[in-house]
Parts: sequence; structure tokens; C-alpha cells
Amino acid sequence: MTELWRLTAHDAHEKLRAKEFTAVELTESVLERVRAVEPKVNAYITVTEDLALQQAREADTKFATGTATPLTGIPLAIKDLIVTKGVRTTAGSKILGNFIPPYDSHVYENLRRAGAVMVGKANMDEFAMGSSTEHSAYGPSHNPWDLDLVPGGSSGGSAAAVAAGEALGALGSDTGGSIRQPASLCGNVGFDPTYGRVSRFGIIAFGSSLDQVGPIARDVEDAATLLDCISGHDPRDSTSNPEPVADLRHYLGRDIKGMKIGVPKEYFISGMEPGVTARIEEALKLFEHLGCVVDRELSLPSTEHALAVYYIIAPSEASANLARYDGVKYGYSDRSRGSMWENMEHTRADGFGEEVKRRIMLGTYALSAGYYDAYYLKAQKVRTVINREFQAAFEKYDVVVTPTTPTVAFPLGAKLNDPYAMYLNDIYTLPSSVAGLPAISVPCGLSGGLPVGLQIIGNFFDEPRIIQAAHAFEQALGGGNRLPGL
Amino acid sequence: MSLTPQEVLHIARLARISLTPADVDRFTAQLSGILDHFAALSAVDTEGVEPTAHPLPLSNVMRADVVAPSLSQDDALANAPEREDGFLRVRAVLE
Repeated sequence: MTELWRLTAHDAHEKLRAKEFTAVELTESVLERVRAVEPKVNAYITVTEDLALQQAREADTKFATGTATPLTGIPLAIKDLIVTKGVRTTAGSKILGNFIPPYDSHVYENLRRAGAVMVGKANMDEFAMGSSTEHSAYGPSHNPWDLDLVPGGSSGGSAAAVAAGEALGALGSDTGGSIRQPASLCGNVGFDPTYGRVSRFGIIAFGSSLDQVGPIARDVEDAATLLDCISGHDPRDSTSNPEPVADLRHYLGRDIKGMKIGVPKEYFISGMEPGVTARIEEALKLFEHLGCVVDRELSLPSTEHALAVYYIIAPSEASANLARYDGVKYGYSDRSRGSMWENMEHTRADGFGEEVKRRIMLGTYALSAGYYDAYYLKAQKVRTVINREFQAAFEKYDVVVTPTTPTVAFPLGAKLNDPYAMYLNDIYTLPSSVAGLPAISVPCGLSGGLPVGLQIIGNFFDEPRIIQAAHAFEQALGGGNRLPGL
Repeated sequence: MSLTPQEVLHIARLARISLTPADVDRFTAQLSGILDHFAALSAVDTEGVEPTAHPLPLSNVMRADVVAPSLSQDDALANAPEREDGFLRVRAVLE
């Protein structure tokens, strides 16, 4: 029984039920794969081998007693800003290098209740600030399709683990594209749900009006299964939405004839790689072939402003959220100075990396006296304009389809010294994040041997229609779970 | 340059981050460059447009005021760099 790590979660589930192998055997296969490729990929900050095997044994008990769910015994990577009781959780930062959470996040509780197995805590850009995983205090992750390239970010470790076979699926978090962009660059499915769909209880905060947890998976069916497991109202998060949860698996395998697709002109910009444009054009033809009505005349004129809106609002919220890292309550602490304030200023100077400091200062400036109206308030107003344009689009269209990123994966180091060039990588994922809308990235082929992602954006809580469209598209393209030859 | 080194030092002080002179130079250039890109926002007509703080605002989210299990003092302080008699210990705040 070799290479069980190649299976999708749903295939693995069928075979676990049929007793073709045990959950312990499946986890052992993944752990063996981790030992083989992790030195090259660096997808994890912490591998929880003993815990994974213990959880796999519990999963086998669930199968024996008939209480297994579709995620029972499935080995997953968990982004390291999702707190896990008793397991170090760093958010990719030196400042949380010794932090052992005393409680579990809502999403991890749900996964545990379902019997899922945690392989480890996945690498990420520090506090989810970045698009390449190079801003991790624990070294960059490498793209399993080409180890000289970035896997994207900030959930780059989660995406790399799924593509490299170091997990069958993963949880990431998305603030401005941090699930969809790495999923696109690593050839995975990544789903950023509606803001409020998944509880943020126990998620280390970056931009509180934007952060959402979601799945990174081998195919659309696995993404639906994972999102079903973590969705729903949680009274411990006051922004958790009470809207009823749909059973997303119910929307798999349905035809999408007559679905109205809007394609916004503003997403086809000059910096787009020709190979990406070609794959997207083919994808739009495929949707037409499936009976969809594809309209290229949609205009979302404020698209170009989403980047500025995001990079004012998210750093502003981050500057407030990250004020808690003071070296007093937990985490890294410099205690060598003369006063409490000096200790605090040096704790933060040494504990935070470059990009985090840059964004804290950007946000502090945008919120400071005299600049609040020009930056933060203005950005919030333009956010309203962006939201209205999307709402107008959804009066005419069922979904909006765009590329996920302008290019395929780029080399490590290429954008590290130019923060704005790095920000531009999120140009297609930022608008729906600013609007709080659900959006999926689904693979749509290769350009120069590297994965290209297609983004499908839906209206609030219209995850079912997104899954329906993404699954029909994936099946028409010949199915998911395309792994690189690592 | 939209920012001066003095402004960067002021921001860093507000954010409680100690900067070296080299940090100040680098962040002044980088943050100015980023802010220059944001200038285009001022051209967007937002006359009469309400700001959005949350994409799906929920108002007055309440829960019943009942006692529920929570972290023990020991658990809450388990990650503290220094503790004493159930308190967090820091250097004197007031001289």
C-alpha cells in the first residue's frame, strides 16, 4: 500500500470505509512523505507527528464504531495562526515563538469533533502579511511545482503541504487573497467564504473586518467537505453570522446550464501574463460550452482602488490588533532595558519582522490625528463604492469570474525588496475581500508548466452556487487532484 | 516624499517600536512610496457615501449574562514571561 498521500480526502474516506487501509496507515504514509520532502518544501513550522498518530488511532475507533464522518482520519495541515490547545502556535512570528495556546479555536474544535488528523502547523507569512511566505520568521516555503519559486502567501505552507502530499487538505486564512493566491500558485482549490460564515474565535487577528478561515484542497469536493465542517454560527465571535448553513456537498455534480457569468473588464490588465490570459479565455469558452451565459461587458470601475483601500484598512486594523504583543502577557520579551516602555519598544522591534513593522506603522499613520479623514475614513467610503458595484453586478449575474492572479508563481526573492510589487500580486483577490464576498480559486490549467487559477466570486452566502460552478468546471476539465512531480 | 524621517520616528513611537537610524531611512522611503500610490483615492467621488466598517454589519450582538467556564488564572498566566503571586510582572511604570 504505497503513496496513500496521493489520494483526495473523499477517495481516502471511501477506502477507509471499505477497510482498504486504516487511518493510522494513511497518516503514516503522509508522515513518511513529510520526512521525504519537508527539507525541500518547508511547508510546516511544527510537525505534530505523535499527536497525528494518536488522532489517527482515535479515527480508526470511530470507523470501528460506525461514528466516522467524511473527515475522520484525514490528515490535514493547519495554518499556524489557528490556535491549538497545547500545540505551539506562532503566526509565523518570532514574537509568538514560545506561545502555547491554553484553548482551541472554533475551527479546530470542529475538525476534531469530525475526527480529522492534524499533521502539523503550516508555515505562513508573519501574521498573514505577505503573498509569498517569505515573510515567515521560520524560513520561506518552496513551491512543490518548482522549488526555486514561491508557493504564494500568506497561507503558502498550507498550499505547499497539500500540493506536495504532506497533507490531504488544509485550513488557511484569507484577508486579501491569502487562501486563493497560494492555492492558485500551487494548483489547489482554495475557498475564502463570506465574511462571518466561519467563526474567527481562536484565529490570531490581522484585519478583523476582513479575516476569514477557509479550506485549501486537492479538488472542489474536498473544499466543500472542509468548509461544511468549519462553517456556522459561534456565539464566541460577535461577527459570526447566524445565516443558516447550506450543505455544500449537495451542490456537487449539478449542471450549470443557464448560469449567468459576468467577466469584469477591469481584471484584464496590461501586466497579465499571456499564458494566464490564454487559460482564462479557454475557461470562459468551457463555461459557454457548459451552457452558461458569459458576458464580457461587466464593468466594476472601482476595481483599481481596491488595493489602496485594502492596504489602508488592513494595516489600520492590524496596528490595533498587534498592539497586544507587548512582551508582558505572553510571547517573546526583551527584559534587559531600564524601563517597561523601553522593554516594550525593543520587544516589538526584535519580535516583529520587516513587513509587519511596515504595516503597523502604515496603519498607525493612517489612523493618526490629522490623517484619519484622508486615509482611513476615505478608504472606508471607497469600500462602500466597491461593495455597491458588486451588488449591482449580482443583480445581473449569478457569479463573477476572473483570474486569481496576474502571473504564475514567481522566484523566491524577486519581490522581497519592493513591498508595493508584492502587494500588486493580490490585485485580483483584494476587491472581493474588501466587499466581504465569498470567492474560490480553482485550477484552470498550466502556463509554462505552472498552475493557473480561475477565481469565481459569488454574492453573500452564495457558497452553494460557487461550489456548483467550480465543481462543474473542474469536472469538465477532467477532474482535480493534479499533483506536481516533486 | 510624503513622509519625513521625523514623522516616521513619531509613528514608530506611537506604535511602540524602537527604530535604528538605518530603519528610519528605509521605512521613510518605503512608506512614502506606498503612500504615494494611495493618493489616487482622493480623486474618487465619495460625496454623501457612508463609510463601511464591516461588510455585513450585525448590530447589538448580545448574549445571556451567565457564568460559564473560562480559563483558570494559572492557564491564563501560563505563557507569561514573568509572574508573581498571580500577577504579570513588569518593570516599574512610574519612577
